[in-house]
Amino acid sequence: MSDSLRLQYIISDEDFTRAGEASGDVKAKLKMMGVNPEVIRKVSIAMYEGEINMVIHANGGVIDVIITTTDITMILKDKGPGIKDLDLAMQAGYSTASENVRALGFGAGMGLPNMKKYSDEMKIDTEIGVGTTVTMKVNF
Amino acid sequence: MTIDDVQRILHGSYICGEDQGSREIHSACGSDMMSDVLAFVKDQAVLLTGLCNPQVIRTAEMIDIYCIVFIRGKKPTEEMVEMAKERDIAIICTDHRMFNACGMLYDNGLRGGKPY
Repeated sequence: MSDSLRLQYIISDEDFTRAGEASGDVKAKLKMMGVNPEVIRKVSIAMYEGEINMVIHANGGVIDVIITTTDITMILKDKGPGIKDLDLAMQAGYSTASENVRALGFGAGMGLPNMKKYSDEMKIDTEIGVGTTVTMKVNF
Repeated sequence: MTIDDVQRILHGSYICGEDQGSREIHSACGSDMMSDVLAFVKDQAVLLTGLCNPQVIRTAEMIDIYCIVFIRGKKPTEEMVEMAKERDIAIICTDHRMFNACGMLYDNGLRGGKPY
């Protein structure tokens, strides 16, 4: 018997109203599994911000979620434009989002800082013109 | 303060979740930027916002907010109301503006989070 559960979500950028469905699904599954509510909340927020980022900045992508007995790892992979200045992108309040995105309630420059805040470990691999992979881990 | 109190204080009307009116509210967050809301995590909170799209409902879902107040007379779409019902989130609409709506709740003892 495997001691880990793997989930995969294809994130489309075609319909902004559907952004967050994957995070909602993971949240519901963790709740059913009886995971600690504080852990569920951290995972939900970190993944939701990441999912929104994939939709607004990177034309969607793929999210893999691996749940083990000790932690949850989320791997968000996109083929978007890449992040030009990672240090700047990590600063609270810095955003390259368009006015359209701001009108939808995002692009306040809190996405990456929130993802870091709510995950126990976060790693970003990014290459201009190739894409970005964000790996976040939340411990139980 | 309960959800019913929020509705009464803000002279608001329920769009859904009236049956949850007795649930206790312990804090509040007022913002049109959802990432700001996500940076604020507090149990049993009410969200006041002038933003009116499905991501408001999803944001509330992620941080377990079970009462949303749409200010400035904003009305949620049928799709948003359905999403809220599925998630047991109460929706109240009020004609008050953000500053006044927050002030009215504050005046009645409700508080926000600590400085960020």
